[in-house]
Amino acid sequence: METILSINQLTKVYGPLKAVNNLSFTIEKGNVYGILGPNGSGKSTTLGMVLNVVNKTSGEFKWFDGAESTHEALKKVGAIIEHPNFYPYMTAAQNLELVCKIKGVPSHKVEEKLEVVGLLDRKDSKFRTFSLGMKQRLAIASALLNDPEILILDEPTNGLDPQGIHQIREIIRKIASDGTTILLASHLLDEVEKVCSHVVIIRKGVKLYSGPVDGINASHGFFELEAENTELLQQFLNEHPSIGKVSLKGNLVTAIIEEPMSASDINQYLFEKGLSLSYLIKRKESLEEQFLQLTNQTTA
Amino acid sequence: MLRLLNIEFLKLRYSRSSKILILTYFILITFIALIASIEFPIGNMNFRLADQGIFNFPFIWHFNSFIAATLKLFLAIVIVSMMSNEYSNRTLKQNLIDGLSKKEFILSKFITVMVFSIVSTIFLFVVSLILGLSFSDYNEFSIIFSDLEYILAYFVKLTGFFAFCLFLGILVKRSAFALGFLFIWWIVETILYAILKWRIFKGSDIADKIVQFLPLESMSNLVKEPFSRLNAVQTAANQLGSAFEKDYTIHWYQILIVIVWTVLFVYFSYALLKKRDL
Repeated sequence: METILSINQLTKVYGPLKAVNNLSFTIEKGNVYGILGPNGSGKSTTLGMVLNVVNKTSGEFKWFDGAESTHEALKKVGAIIEHPNFYPYMTAAQNLELVCKIKGVPSHKVEEKLEVVGLLDRKDSKFRTFSLGMKQRLAIASALLNDPEILILDEPTNGLDPQGIHQIREIIRKIASDGTTILLASHLLDEVEKVCSHVVIIRKGVKLYSGPVDGINASHGFFELEAENTELLQQFLNEHPSIGKVSLKGNLVTAIIEEPMSASDINQYLFEKGLSLSYLIKRKESLEEQFLQLTNQTTA
Repeated sequence: MLRLLNIEFLKLRYSRSSKILILTYFILITFIALIASIEFPIGNMNFRLADQGIFNFPFIWHFNSFIAATLKLFLAIVIVSMMSNEYSNRTLKQNLIDGLSKKEFILSKFITVMVFSIVSTIFLFVVSLILGLSFSDYNEFSIIFSDLEYILAYFVKLTGFFAFCLFLGILVKRSAFALGFLFIWWIVETILYAILKWRIFKGSDIADKIVQFLPLESMSNLVKEPFSRLNAVQTAANQLGSAFEKDYTIHWYQILIVIVWTVLFVYFSYALLKKRDL
């Protein structure tokens, strides 16, 4: 696998605050990565450091094979940080032409990329007349101008209305399906869950997890069950060797699975004991639940 | 290098306020010619300013570079705002993310400043040449092209001043405050000079020797006021019995001081940008 970015022991200290603490991870070509963390967890600082706008305190990072200087490497990267920054008095097309000059790409790309984000009909409008959603889409167009090896998006849907969020997600999905590597920082879990294959979870600048999205929690999931006789159900479940904690909420019994086990296994077991279920489902924790579990573990 | 200039040119080209200020600046330089038409009656004589020898070669080089230099404030506004707007629009951050290095960023601004100075100097040279050829009493080739060091001094002075503006734009990040800071700096230099001259080193010229190293003072020293060199003024002063002598020539070390400041300001700008988290 081709490595696009490797971060090694990266640290940023602001006065007494350790914004990023010994963070290490690597980005491989072709995957869609999510950096997940609550607000203020160091996501943007990390991206700022690899993007040459925040000075690192210690540690190192390497773009591609590390042969080029950071700013040269950044010409092969497309990135949007927080809100879109353009010259307000220039039109969409003029702004993108300027970016072309900086990145050293021919300016015929401008129209092509405006088309991708659906702004071609507004290309001669001044940037300051744009709505936030349009600004964000223009930013994506600008990041795509150089057909980047990797697209970095920091909170791309922040502050957008549902329609705007949907448009941005569609664009991201389209780009991802073309095989572009994407690094998406967000505190919105469903966003990451919907588009990412890999995830890095950080909290207070410390890495909690990095790997495939479904590998976050090693647990085997849990059952949700209902029967007419709730007490008996709880008793049988507690007797089963592969079932861990059993808890009750209303009429719904939740049983944590400790060894691999299918829904039909538990159904058969209970039926043999003479209990018939009125409701049975096997579930895995959603990313949100896993995320909360993970971030809470380290609070204590 | 051409790429950097191109980038900067694009940024300025679409900014209406910058365009207006730059245009005003160059139009005002041509308006120096208007001084020629100033006439006012003294008694029953018509006093024409152009006849007082202000457009005589080689004095015109001195006179015009002094007058034109006072107009540099127009370009200063453009330069300070082209720097600080990058902060307020957060486009500086975006430029860096897009792959411009911090060094290239400062360089692109400084090259633009150099181009401003060069164009302004050439412009001044042409305007003065035309004015001189139409009004000067002496038109010998050797006289026309003597004292051209004022034009060189003008260029160095402008570049130094604009580099200072760039630095202030980066330091203060807001154009209005940066211009305010420029004014405050000027006041501080003036007060410092007054204290040194009239308190500490009273009655000697040590104060002048120290003050000539300050940035704004060193720049204004390059092209000193030309009015007291006018015949009319000299005669009047002689009659009042207070003939004064002033050194109007440009010394190599004065040019050197301004060049050193220019280099320092560009370097400080870079160091500041490098140190800052955006």
